[in-house]
Amino acid sequence: MTDKQAIVQLRVAPHLRHAPSVDQIMRNVVYALLPICAFAIYQFGLSALALILVTTLACTSTEQLFCKLSGKPTTVNDFSAVITGLLLALTLPPGFPLWMAAVAGFIGIALTKVMFGGIGFNVFNPALVGRAFVQAAFPVAITTWTPAFAPDRFSEFIPSSLTLPFMVPEPITDWIKGIPVDGFSGATPLALQKFGEGNQDHVTTDNLDLFLGMTSGSAGETSALLILLCGAYLALRQMMDWRIPTAMLSGAFITAGCFYLFDPQAYPAPLFTLLSGGMMLGAVFMASDMIASPTTPAGVWVYGLLIGFLAVIIRLFGGLPEGVMYAILFGNAASPLIGAATQPRVYGTRRKKVPNR
Amino acid sequence: MDLMQLLGIGKATFSHGVHPPEYKKGTGSSKIRRLSFSPEMILPLAQHFGAPSLPVVHEGQEVVRGEVLAEADGFMSVPLHSPATGVIRKIGLMPTARGPKTESIVLKLHAGVSQEVLYGAPQNIADMTPEALIDAVRNTGMVGLGGASFPTHAKMRIPEDQRVDTVLVNGCECEPYLTTDHRVMMEYSMDLLTGIEVAMKATGAARAIIGIEDNKPDAIEALLKACPADGNVTVGVMKTKYPQGAEKMMIKALLNREVPSGDYPAAVGVSVYNVATLTQLGALLPQCQGLIERVVTITGPGIKKPGNYLVALGTPLRFVLENLGFHGDADHLIMGGPMMGASVASLDVPITKGISGILVLTDEAKSKQTPRKVWPCIRCAYCVRACPVHLNPSELGMLAAKRQYQTMEEKFNLNDCFECGCCTYVCPSAIPLVQYFRIAKAINRENRERVA
Repeated sequence: MTDKQAIVQLRVAPHLRHAPSVDQIMRNVVYALLPICAFAIYQFGLSALALILVTTLACTSTEQLFCKLSGKPTTVNDFSAVITGLLLALTLPPGFPLWMAAVAGFIGIALTKVMFGGIGFNVFNPALVGRAFVQAAFPVAITTWTPAFAPDRFSEFIPSSLTLPFMVPEPITDWIKGIPVDGFSGATPLALQKFGEGNQDHVTTDNLDLFLGMTSGSAGETSALLILLCGAYLALRQMMDWRIPTAMLSGAFITAGCFYLFDPQAYPAPLFTLLSGGMMLGAVFMASDMIASPTTPAGVWVYGLLIGFLAVIIRLFGGLPEGVMYAILFGNAASPLIGAATQPRVYGTRRKKVPNR
Repeated sequence: MDLMQLLGIGKATFSHGVHPPEYKKGTGSSKIRRLSFSPEMILPLAQHFGAPSLPVVHEGQEVVRGEVLAEADGFMSVPLHSPATGVIRKIGLMPTARGPKTESIVLKLHAGVSQEVLYGAPQNIADMTPEALIDAVRNTGMVGLGGASFPTHAKMRIPEDQRVDTVLVNGCECEPYLTTDHRVMMEYSMDLLTGIEVAMKATGAARAIIGIEDNKPDAIEALLKACPADGNVTVGVMKTKYPQGAEKMMIKALLNREVPSGDYPAAVGVSVYNVATLTQLGALLPQCQGLIERVVTITGPGIKKPGNYLVALGTPLRFVLENLGFHGDADHLIMGGPMMGASVASLDVPITKGISGILVLTDEAKSKQTPRKVWPCIRCAYCVRACPVHLNPSELGMLAAKRQYQTMEEKFNLNDCFECGCCTYVCPSAIPLVQYFRIAKAINRENRERVA
């Protein structure tokens, strides 16, 4: 070492590092989403595949474009834009026009992430903001559902997918009627429950079908089982806080349970509430977004319970059959406040200090 | 071992903390050996927390091993003893591990001298009053050997309005790599018990608990056997977790008491000492001798003969490394443990009273720990769940980046951070959080001094 003494390393403690790096965490979230994507493609065929590719491409290229414009090194390789793309596709109806999906991806990344300073600075979940935008802009397209397991799904697109940019998609009711799937209308379990079918009110779908994903719905929201398994992988690797989905699902269960006990005829069963629509995907992959959720141990419970409660209230009393998206966006907005109000009690101090900044 | 123990139930611990890899296998099972004397020793006058000692020798003076070289300057100071027989070559500025050069005594050894300790006379501890004991402790030059280097006698003097009921003896050794306390507990358990008796007598405590992490079952067994039958000294088995050995964590784990923010353990009736400190005290005090050597873990992938060595204080780092052999790619030296220890910039710095370990890392070891890309905080809350004092390092880190040092202190309890490094250890964004906090504290301190 005598002749090497000029290159002794100097670093500050701690000299050991553990933790997966940010890109490793993000990559693992992508891994966890891939089985759900695969199931979506199996269920809805070519259109779902195209939808996933288009949103992912839209998100990554938007991020790349803005990195170029601002003269910063690219941040696409941290995989967070890929997550946004995948999540966005999974929340859209499988036959959603591809050009609209690209718009949603662009808005999600540009308006929610890049404008606020990139990864770590987004206040809202980018995928949900993208979806909220197209929900407002294209209300018909986003509520047009197509049946799962159509026989020709691997050889032909759902007609609405290929709508030309800036064009309104053709109505696909006739196309749906041509599909030989038994007794299927294309309505989602949530819509059936809320608005009924024909002259029947509140049609409930079988819980087992909901659990396994044998229903129609958004591309990746149908199988509660698969979402739970993928979420468990992330939770076991400590790359997702299991408390958030637990709190959100409990919040939804309790709220729905209260209404169900009050009037089982008018309100859906709590288990149906958990298994239907975007509740599972929202709880496991959206609400648990690290960046837009509180960091304090008590805060994550408050945050989760609040989202679960709001989602059910919107579902039951709003004009829309689904409320998970708005509930999570509201939770994101409230998260700094929740964090500030739930700062942990520091060792050796009596009172919690409530910072007001 | 019953089921409760297997599941870890009933073992004392605190909430939060981290589980770094231990790296203790090689050195924990081999006996303490003595390192040979270096031909020259460097003895900084400030090896303790408090005022530097005042030299009582002059250049060219012959000194004998164990002789007093410098006296304490005031209450918060301790004397310094000669680690070897030789001649004072110089008293002047020399490099130290902390960075700036400080006033030091340089001792040149006489070759071929037996290096016996000639100083000292037996004294009977049992007959001494607490005041006399505290004075005697001070005369040994003893400081906290765990790393803080706080003068031990100052810890033993309990403020008038406080009463101490328990002495906690810290044998946790939660830092990875280090095994000095482990070996000391195994090999010098009788000296340790004498030291505990001194601490109990000086502080007026009725009982003592030796806290040991459960990764040292042999040490637990050895001490359970050695503890006297009266039951006043017991062994508290603690979970292996970092930073279990931090004073405040230990008090919480073993006694479920919390030291009030900004106060000392005596405020909750506890006095905490490291096992190495009490062991040395137990060996030196009955003989009226001074602290001249200590056990140091010298280890890491870069060292050829790792182990625990009895090293004379003042031995230069270069001499240690040349004696034990190092690999060619060794290029990172740490004094202390890997979680809280400091990098060393020069090989000419000496081993001082507070150094419990020397870690030599190589390129290979480093490549696993390469300085990673720093990302923005993604609010993953890993740090919030790791901080043993329940701070919010994520929030503090964002404030530090915005230079809101005042807010950090006033609203987010910055001063309760004891810089254990858990937050930085778990950060996936590789943000140097604890370094931010050190800087923030230093700036706040400077601002306060400027105002005062």
